[in-house]
Formats: sequence, C-alpha cells, structure tokens
Amino acid sequence: MSEKVWNKPTPEHVRKGEREVFERTVLPYVNAAYNLARWLTRREEDAEDIVQESLLRAMRSFGTFIPGRDARAWLLAIVRNCCRTRLRRKGLEEPADQLDETVPATGLWSNPETVLIENINSQLVRRAVEELPLEYREVLVLRELEELSYKEIAQILDIPLGTVMSRLSRGRRELHGRLCNVIQEGRK
Amino acid sequence: MSCDRIQDSLDAYLDRELDVLSARDFERHLNDCDACRVAFERYRDLQASVKTQLPYFQAPESLVRKIRTQLGSSERRGEPSTIAWRAWAVAASLVICLAFGTLLFRSALRPSSTELIADQVVSSHIRSLMANHLVDVPSSDQHTVKPWFNGKLDFAPPIRDLSPEGFPLIGGRLDYVDARAVAALVYKRRQHPINLFLWPASDVDSKPSALVIRGYHVIHGIQSHTAYWAISDLNADELKQFVQDFFYQSRERSDRSADYTTRTTVHSNFIAAKRGNAHNHGSQSPQMPVRPLIRESRLPLPAPCAA
Repeated sequence: MSEKVWNKPTPEHVRKGEREVFERTVLPYVNAAYNLARWLTRREEDAEDIVQESLLRAMRSFGTFIPGRDARAWLLAIVRNCCRTRLRRKGLEEPADQLDETVPATGLWSNPETVLIENINSQLVRRAVEELPLEYREVLVLRELEELSYKEIAQILDIPLGTVMSRLSRGRRELHGRLCNVIQEGRK
Repeated sequence: MSCDRIQDSLDAYLDRELDVLSARDFERHLNDCDACRVAFERYRDLQASVKTQLPYFQAPESLVRKIRTQLGSSERRGEPSTIAWRAWAVAASLVICLAFGTLLFRSALRPSSTELIADQVVSSHIRSLMANHLVDVPSSDQHTVKPWFNGKLDFAPPIRDLSPEGFPLIGGRLDYVDARAVAALVYKRRQHPINLFLWPASDVDSKPSALVIRGYHVIHGIQSHTAYWAISDLNADELKQFVQDFFYQSRERSDRSADYTTRTTVHSNFIAAKRGNAHNHGSQSPQMPVRPLIRESRLPLPAPCAA
C-alpha cells in the first residue's frame, strides 16, 4: 500500500520533465558557475572542466534541490566543492589554517594616505585578487560579483555568518593593501 | 559605537548587512567623529572602485554548447551541409514543435506553479501561526466547520473527523493560495498544528508528493478533484499518516462510487454531467456532505511508509 500511494519524497517536478525544469532553473547560471570556477582555479581550462562536472553533478542530484530555493546559490555550492576537490587533488589548495581569523583586520584603514583610486585598473585588480588566498577569493567573488547576501555566502561556503563577515573585511583590506603596494612600486 | 567598532562593522554597513539599530549607531558615530568619517569615505570609494574593476568571466559559447549537448538537450548541433538537409531540418523541427510543443509547455508550466504554490503554502502556514490567526471558526465539530465555509468559498471542502486517529480538528480558516480563496483546515497532533489547504482541481488525481520546505514537511496531491496541501512541523511519517487517513482510507470506496465523486466538488459534478453519467443527479448540491463513508468498512491502515 505504502509503495502504491507514496512516491519518494522528491519534488514532483524532478520526475516530470526533469531535464526541461533543470535547464530552466539551473542552466541560466552557467555564467555564474564559470565565473566562480575561473576565479577559484585561476585557469580557463580548469574552470571549463569544473563547470561541466558541476552541471552533471547538479543534474544528478537535482532531486535534492528544493523548489523555490535559489538555484544559483545551490549550483555555486556545487561548483565551489568541485573546485576544492580539484585543487586538493592537484595539491594546489592552500592549507585552511593559513588564515588567522582572530587577528583584527588591518590595512588601509590605518594608513589611508596610500589610497590611489585613480590608478586602479581592471588588470591590476584581477592580478591582485588572483594572488589572494582561496578563502578570500571565494568570499570576494560571491559578494562583489554575485552580490549574494552574507547568509547566502555562509550557506554556500558552509561557514558561520560571522566568519563570512570577518573574511570579507579581511579579504578586502588585504586586497586594498596589495593594490596600493603594487601601485606604489610601479611609481618608484 | 566606538572607533574600533566602526572599523569592525564597516563592511557589514557598506553591504547593508547591519541591523537597523546598529546601522543607526554607525551613522551617528560618523556624524560625530571626523576621523572615522574621512576614513570611511575613503574606504567606501576605494571599495566601490575595486568592485567596478573586478572582471566577471563569461562562460565561453563553446562551453555552454558543450553542456547542453552533455545534458542531452535537443539543441541543434552544427550546421546542416545542404539546402535539402536544411529544409528537412526545418520541417522536422516544425513537426516536433507542433507535436510536442503543447506537451512540453504544459509539463514545463506545472513545476513552476508547484514551486509557487509550495512557497505560498509554507508562508501561509507560518503566518497563521505567527499572527495568532490559526482559525476563523474554532471548532472540533466538522458539522460546525463545514457550514461555516458556505458562502465564503465556491466549493464545499471535504472535512473529516480524525480525532479517533489522533488528529483532532481545531477549526477552519479562509486563506488565499494560488490566486484563489481556499479552505484551510487546522488539525493538531500533540502540539503540532497541521494546516490542510484544499481547493477544487480540474486535473486528474495525482499521488501525494512529500517535500521539505524551510524545515516544514509538506505533502500535496490531488484526490477526487480536490487539490490538497498538508503542512506541519510534525515529522514526515505522521504527516503522511494524516494525509492517508484524510484521503486514502476510503479510496477504494470513493473509486467505486460515482455518486461519491459527483458530490465532492463542483468540478467533478460538471465532469460527470458532461460524460452523461447515469448516476449523476445534476440537481444535487455540491455542498452535500462529502463523506457518505462508512467507518466500519474502512480499509486496514497502511503500513507506515519508509521516508
């Protein structure tokens, strides 16, 4: 009886026209997936592989996706995990304890005379962000480019909200500091 | 707020992630403290400038195409080489469009409306608990609750006394879901309220599907032309039990009896009339009691389902 009446607790849409629904809900975020993968792996080919892998994974586990939830955040979490796995496999992942979350964020706030906004350009910013530790890069991309809320970022990265906040402000200040150093050195 | 705290909440303030009170404190401090204000403005401008210079990498076209192929999408790959081929492709896609267009469209529409309804149902449930507006008609008597809906809805919702099964009726409420007025019946299991939303459905019956949304268990389906959505913080098994008791206990009987179906909803009445169903008495009010069911003949309770 139970088998006859009850379906597995999966959303109805997964069974009916699964692929169409998947393409409609998840596929629009291929760019977001690629952008994140590109920033995290820093390589075009890696990013492409990761996006393909992530979308296949997403398709396979689409049953766990709750309708009404943010498909972009859901996909980005998968992308991020794929990136982590790949970097780990390649031995490229920086150790997680590299960042000391307890030290207060410093940086430009304390020496604002180094601010050189007019010298900032896309090339510099891109290089500086790519040189940041992975933990900073992921919060920065999710916040500045995807404009996700702290809460959504916390869910994607599976870290507490407070950590998102501190990583983001540390990451930004670290980035600002590096930019200023680069610009100052260029002037010498 | 001190100068140190300003530094700490700077980013949260810029990202509009501070709560209202803290944001006000933040602004008040900036008004009072010149040093912080200058530093804040500089940081804000720098941050904005960095943000605008941060490139967003677009996925290459080739990648998107590869993914579509991978997912088995029906997108055309490559150019047909001859005009004949091209004509054939056009003709074929026209035929396919005509043949499957409607089907695809319908199957594509359904989930999105399911998602939408799911969200509304969960919100309604939460609101009913939050605003202390669980019921409009508080009564454990189905014969009080049912007539209360007269004149408020364009259908008579089925109501069952499930207190023997351990789901006492608390009352009923008018609610608004999927752009229509619906009946919300409230039952209880121990301390867990269950909202059961009901409205007429023109679709054929569909098996119950279980979802978990924002921590609430939701079961929905269509039975005897009534769309139902049950939601509660109750565990999944007991909610399933509830739906089972409400709808499926007398499934066999309702399937056999044309009379029963014609009485349940306006829609079924209409459908039966169109079919020229001999059992259908067109003059019968759709508001007849929905449950001419004999308790003694109830089917044995189903085994609890594996979640």
